[in-house]
Amino acid sequence: MTNKNQDLIDQRLQDDGVDRRGFLKCMAWAGTGLLWTLSAGIPSSRAFSKSHGHETGKGGDFSFVQISDSHIGFNKPANPDVTATLQTAINKINAMPHKPDFIIHTGDLSQLSKPSEFDTLDQALKGATAKQIYFVPGEHDMLSDNGEEYLQRYGKGTKGAGWYSFDHKGVHFVGLVNVANLKAGGMGSLGHEQLEWLEGDLQGRSASTPIVLFAHIPLWTIYPDWGWGTDDSEQALSYVKRFGSVTVLNGHIHQIMQKIEGKVSFHTAMSTAFAQPAPGTAPSAGPMKVPADQLQRVLGITDVNYLVSGSSLAIVDSPLGNSSSSASGIGVVVDSLLG
Amino acid sequence: MTTKKVWIVGLATTVMTAMLLLAGTPSVTANDQPSAASVDVKIDNFSFGPQTLTVSVGTTVVWTNRDDIPHTVVSTEGVFKSKVRDTDEKFSFTFNTAGTYPYFCSVHPKMTGKIVVQ
Repeated sequence: MTNKNQDLIDQRLQDDGVDRRGFLKCMAWAGTGLLWTLSAGIPSSRAFSKSHGHETGKGGDFSFVQISDSHIGFNKPANPDVTATLQTAINKINAMPHKPDFIIHTGDLSQLSKPSEFDTLDQALKGATAKQIYFVPGEHDMLSDNGEEYLQRYGKGTKGAGWYSFDHKGVHFVGLVNVANLKAGGMGSLGHEQLEWLEGDLQGRSASTPIVLFAHIPLWTIYPDWGWGTDDSEQALSYVKRFGSVTVLNGHIHQIMQKIEGKVSFHTAMSTAFAQPAPGTAPSAGPMKVPADQLQRVLGITDVNYLVSGSSLAIVDSPLGNSSSSASGIGVVVDSLLG
Repeated sequence: MTTKKVWIVGLATTVMTAMLLLAGTPSVTANDQPSAASVDVKIDNFSFGPQTLTVSVGTTVVWTNRDDIPHTVVSTEGVFKSKVRDTDEKFSFTFNTAGTYPYFCSVHPKMTGKIVVQ
């Protein structure tokens, strides 16, 4: 994974003057003392203060890791060995200096919902030192019998097509399913029954409770032409408006995108399997082939840190091949690639 | 003799009726004309091509998934529904009744198409 150019920031300009890989490398510095904050969607940095460092590990602080889009069973040129890259992701999580309390997988565990694919995923995840893993399904996990295979394995205690909520150290987590019963011409969909449940689930909770919503397809509209959004997400987001801190974690698009809207920060994770093109830059959203030695640079994991003192979540994305990173602060997002 | 003649006439009528029925019912494919019965729809880059296909009654439409990602072919009105089709897998359906049949990929619902049967 060592590359002599690894620490160079590519200066090719994009909208914000820093290309994506350069941005990600900046992010990866967080672990060595650079804090990235997001204000109105624009990242800025400041030095990591000592006090922040001391706060980490206090009672109540914790972190968890998001992984996504493992597509076990996929074997096309974009990544002929998706099990190996998932394994790399797990190794990276296990090597983190701060142990995550749990892992969230935001869907597309499998390519074709086959029992053998779920078996392979389970086998690989058994190697994670974090034993608690929360799942939501992607559309690839619901391909047979209305998702029966998925629900039998991962849906115990969930409602409907697999939605649920849980609390962890004062943070309320909600796993939503927006890949079931999709309608012709539409995007992702939560459906009336789930929205009603969500409204009830959030009712009566203190507005100071940090909320984390996670689902496979983005709960904000990224690119409708490719179906990268959820038709009824506005309704869901109206239920969280009164909360002081809301973090929305999604997968599906196999690349990092983020946005802050009021108290809500949206974030999508990289895949552990293959990359997909930036919106509108290719004829379709199909798997993007990259040179083999570049693959781990477009795959990664997301580390989310919660600090009681800041009442905020910090999100750190890591490439599979670099040492893991950490950060803290409101809406901090650091993405790490596999390589 | 008389009985036999009646039987022969009866048989001839039956055969002729059967032939007329065959000729008047295009949904039954004659063995000597198999080529008219099948038309292809290709799935490429998350789209059905052609998106709208017009065929005559009795035509079998064959969809082939040429993407690296699985798709389905599902009638919006519940007329037909494929299993998930991985790369290079096919699904076919024979349209025996005139009408318009909108369909979509239930995995990627932005993918829509239409078969017009006349």
